[in-house]
Amino acid sequence: MAVEGQIIARLKERFGEGTFRSMGIVRDRVVKIAIERKDLFAVCQFLKEQLGMEHITSITAVDWRDRFESVYHLTSWKRNAMVQINARIPHDDPHIDSVVPLWNGANFHEREAYDLMGIVYDGHPNLVRILLPKDFEFFPLRKDFPQEVDRQYVSRRKIGGA
Amino acid sequence: MAEMWINMGPQHPMTHGLWNLRIKVDGETIVDAEPEIGYLHRGYEKIMEVREFQKNVVLTDRLCYVSSITWSHCYCLACEAVMDLDVPERAKYLRVVTNELQRIASHLMWLAAFGPDLGLLTALLWALRERELFLDLIQLISGARMNQNYPRIGGVRNDAPPDFEKYCRKVIVHFRKKLAEHEMVFEQSKLFQVRTVGVGRISKEAAIDWGVTGPNLRACGAAIDLRKLDPYDAYPQLEFAPAVEHGGDSYARYKVRVEEMKTSCDIILQALKKMPAGPYRVKPPRRCEGEGFRRTEDSRGEALFYVIGDGDDRPYRVKIRSPVFSSIAAAPIMMRGSKVADVVAIMGSIDVCVGEMDK
Repeated sequence: MAVEGQIIARLKERFGEGTFRSMGIVRDRVVKIAIERKDLFAVCQFLKEQLGMEHITSITAVDWRDRFESVYHLTSWKRNAMVQINARIPHDDPHIDSVVPLWNGANFHEREAYDLMGIVYDGHPNLVRILLPKDFEFFPLRKDFPQEVDRQYVSRRKIGGA
Repeated sequence: MAEMWINMGPQHPMTHGLWNLRIKVDGETIVDAEPEIGYLHRGYEKIMEVREFQKNVVLTDRLCYVSSITWSHCYCLACEAVMDLDVPERAKYLRVVTNELQRIASHLMWLAAFGPDLGLLTALLWALRERELFLDLIQLISGARMNQNYPRIGGVRNDAPPDFEKYCRKVIVHFRKKLAEHEMVFEQSKLFQVRTVGVGRISKEAAIDWGVTGPNLRACGAAIDLRKLDPYDAYPQLEFAPAVEHGGDSYARYKVRVEEMKTSCDIILQALKKMPAGPYRVKPPRRCEGEGFRRTEDSRGEALFYVIGDGDDRPYRVKIRSPVFSSIAAAPIMMRGSKVADVVAIMGSIDVCVGEMDK
């Protein structure tokens, strides 16, 4: 069985279908799963310890206006496979477990996601702003943070109000 | 002796840009270190949300001014993943050629910065002299020495000029001879050996745990190269082996980059030979919906773009994963136990580019 099929089968076997909002194969050797925030740490731990995802490529957050998503890209160099995890977070309570205990590499990425999007990673050893000044009061990547737009860059559709 | 914190930066020749390394010293020995970054933060991910997909290529060029093409190329790949777009065969080869030319230019810029860090001013002059040849080639194909704006979503901006292959061959034959001279100057220099061998050592396991990628990881004995593992463009059709060293120290990081320049020369010649004729660009859709990501082997490691489109002509969200951002988190591991004077040799060998680190 190809590696992506193995990963999906192992995950289903361990956590059951109900844990995953969706599962799919993006392309060769890349799996994408969507989960709730409460399952994040257990899934990550399983992926790291049982399926050999030893490298964390990136952690980022997306503001979907009605919810946040924390997106993880995990890599296994040995199996040469990748897993993308989208963890759903409610908009009014942006907290999620930190994965720094699993990967030290997650440290800076979680700080960046906190800095720009305001997701609080519970259990992070040093969750302070990293790119912006310490006294900055906003989370600029959120969609309610306005941005001054030069007119030439506004698409015609947007000017028309559609 | 009492321990104390010292700021190396934001204005310090070691930083090669603008960031601050706080080190905790006990006498001359480094006990702990803490990188402080963000001085060059320009809000790329936010700016990209109001510009159309194609217009962002200009921005991604400026992520790292010494490695522009590799960055905008990675962004184009990610957009193509969202749009489900297939690139013509010739464009794939043109991208490989420009990517590798850019990689050599970037590594030479690194060499030019690393030499003076250790007091070898000759390296600065020599490496910049050689780099100029590659910038000339890049100018020939794209029209600009730096910030080329060359890759396009759906291909590349223009075809190679006539006789491009001839010029590339000429430069590479010349460069291979010169690179041998470089190696002699560095590797036979007692000073260079003393400053780099065994300095800033990091194990393979620690490097992977801290998210170090690219030449810095290959210097620890891991044959991890995304051109092989997650191939894109024309790389599957080309034969090459990633350069690997086992020292894990500053010297191994230097060796890997020099070997990589040789590999890149081979790849360029192969790609020029195999390059088919045909179109070099397809028209991308203006709007797209969905999400996608692609990662490439940038000059400094694993670069990733994660792009989400919401059906508009501009991305809903773009995430830039910078290899230096992760590597610099591992700097304290490399530094603990070294002397203050070694900081320059360690940070210089990591190849820091502040533009992509701070975004």
